Amino acid sequence: MIRAFGPNEFWFIVMAVQWTLALSAVAFAGGAVGGLLTALARVSGAKPLRYAALGFIRLFQGTPLLMQLFLVFFGLNIFGSGINPWLAASVALTLHASAFLGEIWRGCIEAVPKGQSEACWALGIGYFDRMKSVVLPQAARIAVAPTVGFLVQLIKGTSLASIIGFVELTRAGQIVNNATFDPFTVFGLVAALYFVLCWPLSILAGQLERRFAKASAR
Amino acid sequence: MAYQFNFAPVFANFGQLLAGAWITVLLSFGAMLLGTVVAVVCAVGKSAGPAPVRWLINAYIEIIRNTPFLIQIFFIFFALPAIGLRLSPNVAALVALTVNIGAYATEIIRAGIESIHKGQVEAGVALGLKRGQIFRYVIMKPALRTVYPALTSQFIYLMLTSSVVSVISATDLAAAGNNIQSKTFAAFEVYLVITGMYLLLSLAFSALFALVRRAAFDYPMSR
Repeated sequence: MIRAFGPNEFWFIVMAVQWTLALSAVAFAGGAVGGLLTALARVSGAKPLRYAALGFIRLFQGTPLLMQLFLVFFGLNIFGSGINPWLAASVALTLHASAFLGEIWRGCIEAVPKGQSEACWALGIGYFDRMKSVVLPQAARIAVAPTVGFLVQLIKGTSLASIIGFVELTRAGQIVNNATFDPFTVFGLVAALYFVLCWPLSILAGQLERRFAKASAR
Repeated sequence: MAYQFNFAPVFANFGQLLAGAWITVLLSFGAMLLGTVVAVVCAVGKSAGPAPVRWLINAYIEIIRNTPFLIQIFFIFFALPAIGLRLSPNVAALVALTVNIGAYATEIIRAGIESIHKGQVEAGVALGLKRGQIFRYVIMKPALRTVYPALTSQFIYLMLTSSVVSVISATDLAAAGNNIQSKTFAAFEVYLVITGMYLLLSLAFSALFALVRRAAFDYPMSR
């Protein structure tokens, strides 16, 4: 029996936005921690750390997010944690975000003039205080725009979690489409909701980038 | 851990994986070429077109860049037949990838075109070059050279994204994996091998792009 697309279907899809947001938030939070560690490893003095971080980044930037999701999904099953789309999607997207943010933030850390680190060295400031109080605060200013830009990519990436059975915006759309056979309305609405989430962030990223370009042109 | 890894079924079906990888390569190259054409047209339209054209191109870019590829391909494969445009999975995949990369490449190429100094074009006019020659040699070639690294990393990202077309039963590498997985239940092993193949493909693509750069753009920079 084919249902018509009514208010119930509309709200079912709109309410699914919360799961897209929740997954994005978890992946971004995890990716921020992982990305910071990756970036610090990439610029560290220890060669093995640098190469390990580089390998991690190359691996995750050189393979599809969909395969990363599948591998974590089926891999967790092997380790005996069963079929758990929430866990698999969170872990895979966290690793994905860690690699991308690690590469973005490495560039930002390296953009901080070397003299800053050398001054710390001359003043006898140790690694921890140098990073916390001197280098990272300056890198953070540069990092804001590309990080917001990546957040858009991450939100769009959560749509792939639908393929391993995580019910978020895209999966909700598929479920409704299977019941109503009204793909134009359903996927039009889903696309519009993603657009509402992502477009303001894209505009913000663009503005931040221009503001920063202006500030550093002086 | 009692799990026994079993790669035998994966390699017994390796021919299927190679066939899928070939489709992935074809889809990627098809979308790169068609997408670049779309992008050059849109970039010129956005830099020099009348207001309504610029507005339309902007809408296209923003809509594509702010919605997931998965939704775009669902729209093209499931919603377009509702208005009488029915595409086979592989054709729908090519169209979706082209539409997608077209939007990203437009922004990249436009940035390249805007980096060309006005004086360059005026010098071309002064030297008596024809409009087509100015467009090709004075504007497009240096513009593409400037944005080549950004463009090619977007192309590699496109190739990786193309794995998503397996959800509409296109016959690419990821789909070959789904096929073998559903018959042999060696899911982890299948996807591990396929992930390795995607990694090799992305390495091969960057090597190829480096060769193309050397062949097409390896002349000294202007001072």
